[in-house]
Amino acid sequence: MCITKKGSSCGGDCKTYKIVSKKELVPNIKLFEVDAPDVAAQSHAGQFIIVIHGKTGERIPLTICGYNAAKGTVSFAFHEVGKTTKDLGMLNQGEFIDNVTGPLGNPSEIKNFGKLLCVGGSVMIAPLLLQAKAMKEAGNKVTTVLGARTKEFIMMENEAKALSEKVYVATDDGTKGYKGLDFLKELLKTEKFDRCVVMGPVILMKDISAITKPYNIPTVVTLTPIMIDGMGMCGVCRVTVDGKMKFGCVDGPEFDGHKTDFEELIIRQRTMLPEERLSSVLSEMNGGCKCGRSKA
Amino acid sequence: MAEVKPKPKLNKKAVEMAKQEPKVRAKNFSEVALGYTEAEAQEEASRCLCCPNPLCRTGCPVDVPIPTFVKAIKEKKYAEGIAAIKTKNALPAVCGRVCPQEVQCQNKCVVGKMGDPISIGRLERFLADWERDNGSQLPPKAPDTGKRVAVIGAGPAGLTVAADLVKLGHKITMFEALHVGGGVLSYGIPEFRLPKAIVQGEVNYVQKLGVDLRLGNLVGRIHTIPELMKNGYDAVFIGSGAGLPQFTGCPGENLGGIYSANEFLIRVNLMKAYLFPEYDTPIRLGKKVVVIGGGNVAMDCARSSMRLGSEVCLLYRRSRDELPARHEEIENAEEEGLVCKFLAAPVEFYGDDKGWIKAMKVIAMELTEPDAKGRRGVKEVPGSEFTMDVDTVIIAIGQTPNPIIQSTTGGLVSDPKRGTITVNEVGKTSLDGVYAGGDVATGAATVISAMGAGKRAAKAMHEYLTNKE
Repeated sequence: MCITKKGSSCGGDCKTYKIVSKKELVPNIKLFEVDAPDVAAQSHAGQFIIVIHGKTGERIPLTICGYNAAKGTVSFAFHEVGKTTKDLGMLNQGEFIDNVTGPLGNPSEIKNFGKLLCVGGSVMIAPLLLQAKAMKEAGNKVTTVLGARTKEFIMMENEAKALSEKVYVATDDGTKGYKGLDFLKELLKTEKFDRCVVMGPVILMKDISAITKPYNIPTVVTLTPIMIDGMGMCGVCRVTVDGKMKFGCVDGPEFDGHKTDFEELIIRQRTMLPEERLSSVLSEMNGGCKCGRSKA
Repeated sequence: MAEVKPKPKLNKKAVEMAKQEPKVRAKNFSEVALGYTEAEAQEEASRCLCCPNPLCRTGCPVDVPIPTFVKAIKEKKYAEGIAAIKTKNALPAVCGRVCPQEVQCQNKCVVGKMGDPISIGRLERFLADWERDNGSQLPPKAPDTGKRVAVIGAGPAGLTVAADLVKLGHKITMFEALHVGGGVLSYGIPEFRLPKAIVQGEVNYVQKLGVDLRLGNLVGRIHTIPELMKNGYDAVFIGSGAGLPQFTGCPGENLGGIYSANEFLIRVNLMKAYLFPEYDTPIRLGKKVVVIGGGNVAMDCARSSMRLGSEVCLLYRRSRDELPARHEEIENAEEEGLVCKFLAAPVEFYGDDKGWIKAMKVIAMELTEPDAKGRRGVKEVPGSEFTMDVDTVIIAIGQTPNPIIQSTTGGLVSDPKRGTITVNEVGKTSLDGVYAGGDVATGAATVISAMGAGKRAAKAMHEYLTNKE
């Protein structure tokens, strides 16, 4: 339901932010396509949006993984990890999200770099493929690596194949494809890449950056620090890049992986962990979302 | 012989406004000041001399007809009183609460030369609250001029411009980047000083006047100003505030538990983290909180932290006399248990093995001789460093304007050092038809000065629109 119907914003005429399609990509990762013409008209690969739903909800920053200006829709994928994302995941096709703000952050630099290595982990595979597609259209030869904890979380393999010269799959436990990322060290000994793009958990971005560094492959990472407003106000997303303080939201979200202080970022991402757990546990005890609907 | 009426004796003492007891209020987020009752408002209004040449009004940045509304209270004509205020000020419930009246209207009050000045702010608040309880009436609106104006930012400056111009018959679209209107009134000033229901009421009033408010709409990213002008807007007002937090630059500033004032206040006020886990956004405070800074924002952070159960120490690099916060706020904060450490500045922050702040190094400062402008600087006292244990730090040393609009609007002249948009005395920028006011033009200041800038800009914009073909 649109917040503005009962609230104040548009006097009830607002029909935007309708969920036009909902898909479960892999367990607990959902893909929403939402009606948001203003956002769609200005979106580019690499940017993000902030989704807010419910009177008590958080502002959730999510990387854009698709947009269609003609249709007026924007797509995003999210991992149901905490209370707010679980609540969001319970919304169904045809229902409304209260607010989608964006696009925020800077677009990716899309041009013909030559040979491109794209590495995506978990939920961030979806936005990675949006960028990979734009890169391919700009003339790059794309090699894609899809990573996840275990085989059931490897997603969008067919989409990746459609736009890549070669697709590698890796899992932490080796249940599908390579076990871990060590194979990349071997690969880089024989194959030359002009640029590497990584989107995924911080630890993945850190490891890949360490792997590409000896070969001097420019490596772009998409940082996802904690954010609230996402437009430069709160400073919670501050990261250290090349020894300088940067804001993930307005200076990024993409940064040089070889100059990013990942250790600090990992610590900063954990600062609210006890509270996030509490919120999640309480929500489970109360039977999930307070909206009264049963889980889809 | 006619009986001579004794001349009424001037009551030198203002009627006190009831407040929550310090011990009680230091533990809740309910409003501290409770407002006048009708009888109290009557009594206070009756102290007004109704000067033939009222000076109070000259002290008001938005020229509220103060004598008219005070007289209306005396005569119990409350609807007339509030209507008089609203001819000049669309946000009286806000101004009655957060304006620094002691240095504005009340500073000029003649009664103040003999005793306490008339409590103009409290009386304004009384009328605004009376209207909230009794229903508001919309003022007359001029016929449609066919001109469209984009107002960027739904804070004090933007709301003022929007309200003034919509009454003059222009069509207003207001773009607000956050998901709630009110700007700093919503994200910055805490609930106990300015209840959010009151802010929402004022925003709703401006919408009822006919302003189209678009939330979650960051100009610069969705539409740029050149795009807005191309898409049929005849003029633009930029009231995007000062939202970019400043940091100290001391080592260790990115440790866990170190918040910018903006982050802390956005979490607590806008996202209602003080009601976590009922609300989803958390805030984590340790037992010992240090707030760095001495302005109203620092006071808001300190008082909010005490309400969340922490012991709070304010660290300010000058002395008590230079504190920029409102005197009333400092007094309230100290009553609630705030400890102030003056002439002290941070040097370095130290973390524990989990990356959370555990201590900080502080250096003593001393005031230097006043410069030509009479302002005293500060310098470090060599060798005076000491370490204090702390588990949370809030940095409240100022905000500068957010650069998104400046960087996406070609030809818009701004001050590269302060980040402020350059304007003339009526708020005109370097671009034709583009005006700006409030913190984005002045740097962080007060709600009422932003509203004053909004008023002047609205007048100039109306002239511009009227003369425009």
